[in-house]
Amino acid sequence: MDLGYLSVLLFNGLVNGAFYALLSLGLAIIFGVMRVVNFAHGAFYMLGAFAAYLLLQQAGIPFWPALLIAPLAVGLGGAVCERLLLRRLYTLDPLYSFLLTFGLTIFIQDAMRLRFGIQGQPYPLPGELASSVSLGLVSYPAYRLFVIAFSLAVCVAVWYVIERTRLGMVVRAATERTELTRALGIDVDRWITGVFAFGIALAALAGVLAAPMRNVSPLMGSELIILTFAVVVIGGLGSIAGAVAAGFLAGLLASVGAIFDPAIENVIVFALMAVILLVRPAGLFGSQEAA
Amino acid sequence: MLEVRGLSAWYGQAQALRDVGFDVREGELITLVGRNGAGKSTTLRCLMGLHRHMEGRVTLDGRDLAALPPHKRARAGLGYVPDDRGIYASLTVEENLLLPPQIGPTRWPLDRVYRAFPVLRERRAHSGAKLSGGEQQALSIARALRMGARVLLLDEPTEGLAPVLVRQLREMLLDAKREGLTMLLVEQNLRFATAVADRHYLLAQGTIVETLDATEIVARESELLRHLGV
Repeated sequence: MDLGYLSVLLFNGLVNGAFYALLSLGLAIIFGVMRVVNFAHGAFYMLGAFAAYLLLQQAGIPFWPALLIAPLAVGLGGAVCERLLLRRLYTLDPLYSFLLTFGLTIFIQDAMRLRFGIQGQPYPLPGELASSVSLGLVSYPAYRLFVIAFSLAVCVAVWYVIERTRLGMVVRAATERTELTRALGIDVDRWITGVFAFGIALAALAGVLAAPMRNVSPLMGSELIILTFAVVVIGGLGSIAGAVAAGFLAGLLASVGAIFDPAIENVIVFALMAVILLVRPAGLFGSQEAA
Repeated sequence: MLEVRGLSAWYGQAQALRDVGFDVREGELITLVGRNGAGKSTTLRCLMGLHRHMEGRVTLDGRDLAALPPHKRARAGLGYVPDDRGIYASLTVEENLLLPPQIGPTRWPLDRVYRAFPVLRERRAHSGAKLSGGEQQALSIARALRMGARVLLLDEPTEGLAPVLVRQLREMLLDAKREGLTMLLVEQNLRFATAVADRHYLLAQGTIVETLDATEIVARESELLRHLGV
């Protein structure tokens, strides 16, 4: 096999991995602190892409500002959902919040479908990154390289905040033992809205990054979310490092698998999940007690 | 200082506490002694607001805590040292100490904590999970002292500790008491309780069956040991 083709596949894997990593990172943070399995994560990812699309169409705001504005706006929407809806369910079985986010997904998707139709809308590549970059053996689209580098930078920044700051310390403590953290004088609930909004903003950020690569369509999130759940399970539920590592790992394996048959790309992620569940039920980075 | 009146608690339909009442006065160390399942830990969880299905009055210096969520009770001055020690594995030893807010005027600066517990200084950068049982117990108590808690609620601190560590713990609590700290100790180990406490409340099947002062408990030790089933 030609080495150039292989390296393109690996880069494609990293690009897919970057999306898995950003999405599962948000899911992991939300699940860790709130014990909410946010099924609506894919819908917020789609809203991020639509926000960028509408900013361009309606207000002429291009990609770069949209990369900041869209996640902020969608994150704010997430905060409203937490305050108005999710907050009412915390005392109930976690299944209820899962069902709520499931319903929210259907609602958001159908609302967008009603307004914009099922057809995908194209979003232009930002001009600065429309070319290709020569990597020796092959040339590769500059925008995709940007997606890899930018996602990695975001993941590292989030890791830094979580591992090295007081805010992160509280998030880690609340993730590990919510009740005890309350008993030690920390108002966990006050952090919850922020944590949810932040996880949602990460999903929206992934959506903006996806817009120039994939068509902006109401169903773009629903295809991705199931795979992302598999990635979260591989990494270990609630594990932040695990979500990022498993995201890139799943992206790479899936695209290597595509060498043999493009159709098995997604199957590989689920096969990996099955193997991990058999061998290490808590996931790659999950603690065994959490299983 | 800490007053508990008419405390009842339930797990589903099963009543775990029935009309429990006691007082902890400023500077006192009192114990709740009783067998496994007598309701000792439940009492502490009710005081902290961690067990919701309860009735009764809990006041700290006349301030009613019943309506307050757990974090406000901690900020009001209750320092909780749970039975599993409550050490975070995802935090370093130092982060475990720094996590709670500092509240009272009696709060300990970090270097005082490290002077009192040199082993914690040595291990400050290790994960909380890497500590031995005794070190975890020290960390859990040190964390409450750093907060500046006015009343320490200690849930079976001697459990699982080697005898030499139990002796160290006893000295630690007696030191804290000399400094005027108020403590409520839940204990199955009667000998340990006898050595440190001013007063004992004997808890059986969710009710306080007897109140004994320090001298009485010595005189009636064998009877009480039988009662505790030890």
